[in-house]
Amino acid sequence: MPETTLGRGSTPTLAAAGRRLGARWAGRNWPVLFLLLEVAVFAAAGTRFLSLENLQNILVACLPILLLGMGETFVIITGGIDLSVGFVMGFATVICAKAMVLLQAAGLPPGASIPLAALICLAVGAVPGLVNGTLVARLRVPPFLATFGMYGIAYGVSEIVSENTPISGLPHAAGVLGNDYILYVLPGRFTTFFARPQNLDVRDMRSMLSILPTIVIAVVLFVAAFAFILRRTRFGQHTYAIGGSIDAATRAGINVPRHLTATYIISSCFASLSGIMYVLKYVTGRADAGSARMLDSVVAVVIGGASLYGGTGSVKGTIIGSLIIATLETGMVNLGVPSHNRYIAIGLILVLAVLIDQFFPDLIGRGE
Amino acid sequence: MADAILQLRGLTKRFGGLTAVDRVDLDVRPGEVVGLLGDNGAGKSTLIKMVSGVYQPDEGQIFFQGREVRMASPMNALELGIETLYQDLALAENLNVYSNIFLGRERTRRFLGMIPVLDHAVMHDESSKVLKRLEIEIPSLRNLIKNLSGGQRQAVAIGRSIYWNAKLLIMDEPTAALGVQEQRKVLDLVRLLRSQNIPIIIISHQMYDIFSVTDRLVVMRRGKKVAERITKETNTDEVVGLITGAEEVEKNGAPAAPSASS
Repeated sequence: MPETTLGRGSTPTLAAAGRRLGARWAGRNWPVLFLLLEVAVFAAAGTRFLSLENLQNILVACLPILLLGMGETFVIITGGIDLSVGFVMGFATVICAKAMVLLQAAGLPPGASIPLAALICLAVGAVPGLVNGTLVARLRVPPFLATFGMYGIAYGVSEIVSENTPISGLPHAAGVLGNDYILYVLPGRFTTFFARPQNLDVRDMRSMLSILPTIVIAVVLFVAAFAFILRRTRFGQHTYAIGGSIDAATRAGINVPRHLTATYIISSCFASLSGIMYVLKYVTGRADAGSARMLDSVVAVVIGGASLYGGTGSVKGTIIGSLIIATLETGMVNLGVPSHNRYIAIGLILVLAVLIDQFFPDLIGRGE
Repeated sequence: MADAILQLRGLTKRFGGLTAVDRVDLDVRPGEVVGLLGDNGAGKSTLIKMVSGVYQPDEGQIFFQGREVRMASPMNALELGIETLYQDLALAENLNVYSNIFLGRERTRRFLGMIPVLDHAVMHDESSKVLKRLEIEIPSLRNLIKNLSGGQRQAVAIGRSIYWNAKLLIMDEPTAALGVQEQRKVLDLVRLLRSQNIPIIIISHQMYDIFSVTDRLVVMRRGKKVAERITKETNTDEVVGLITGAEEVEKNGAPAAPSASS
């Protein structure tokens, strides 16, 4: 814990100490406070903002930001950046959707074609990461340029594969999987798991509660696994060490090029995972599916306390950062604010977070 | 006198047309502190980098513990027990003390009986032991390096190399950029290591450091070893003369002649 003395001179009283601790807590946790403030403002201004349905909408809106942000967290901690994640996500939706269509045409049932297409998508989706990683780690191309090149390449290749049109004709089951909830409850009448009840009348449909979207749970599992890797394992420790000092990591015997390559592969695999979720949710694949999400993911990670200079950042922070953006997005839709305003708001938040990083570096960082 | 732990014979390194190190011989014995002196560009750092595996010599041989060694990378040197402390210390400032001591060689335990996770408790306790042995006081081993003073960082770096059983410690300008108080602590630490029989090579520009902790001095000029002196038998004036070349050397050309006394 760094000792930040906020008050000086006067006799320290218990109240003063309490205020100081409070101020330090507020400083370190400003993203949490910001999120609460956001929720309070939208709840006061909008209607039904705090409804179960709307809160779950926030979670669903959070998914692509969080998934891209997860990979971005690893990359940014090493001191790099991955600008290609948005278009790699688009590339993944195209590959995944195309694979589903082809496997279905080959006569495979949805139970086989959907998981197989997802696996193919993850495998193919690792390739941009491998290329980025090799460029950055072995050929010493600055991360900004290497991944910016991939940004264009991934987009162009996706347009070729999809022949400039969103891919259609996917198995119907894909959409069911992507829009299902874990639990359906009609108070006093029934509770079902996984399967949406059939043959309900309109009134029952309206009052039925759908709880926990299945894809949210799937994402939570992946996020938890990689949060564990980052925080508890040698791999995670080496990620931080490389961001702290590449020299120190190299001299300590860490295989830095291999580790960096793995980091960029993690990033593009998370982008691909986000692509798979998109395909399941919207039952299509399109080159521009994630084009707006690159900015979101970088902002989420930076709000979450990662420094673009490397060495700090945490999954916890990225989750908060993603929620801040998803809440903003959902809240603005809720209030009927035109969507282009959200880009302005997110851009402003990014600049604010970077300024805080610049001038109050003690306020951020992964709390040990 | 014990056999030399490190012997360099005719070590040469060229960069293009420049001969950075020219046929240097050097011996270091257990429990001995050797000072390596010379002006900027005299070849001290290049010589040291060959010993620590960063550069590979063009000619000549390195014997370590009696056997000839060829080091392709710094990892090879570390495996042999040759630890080098560079001026910039190579610590990850965003990690805490014990994480730096164990960097790259972290201890793990099994989580749920299968997944290896960092074992913070063991790394903390082991680090605490080695720092205690070196009489180094750091308030908390959970402190991040960036919150430590220069001397404390130096101490952590030294602690790290000692923990990993350094058989030879090379220190490049260990007191540069330290306050007076901290310089003294680092020098005390060097003496302590010497009393624990760890041989040390020190590169330094600070005459005071060199004279207060070394047993023997080696002076380099333009890539060549120009003189070797028992510290007790020389003085600052002579050494400065040797470094600058003002004093032409009569004892020159007796490479690795084991010193008569000590």
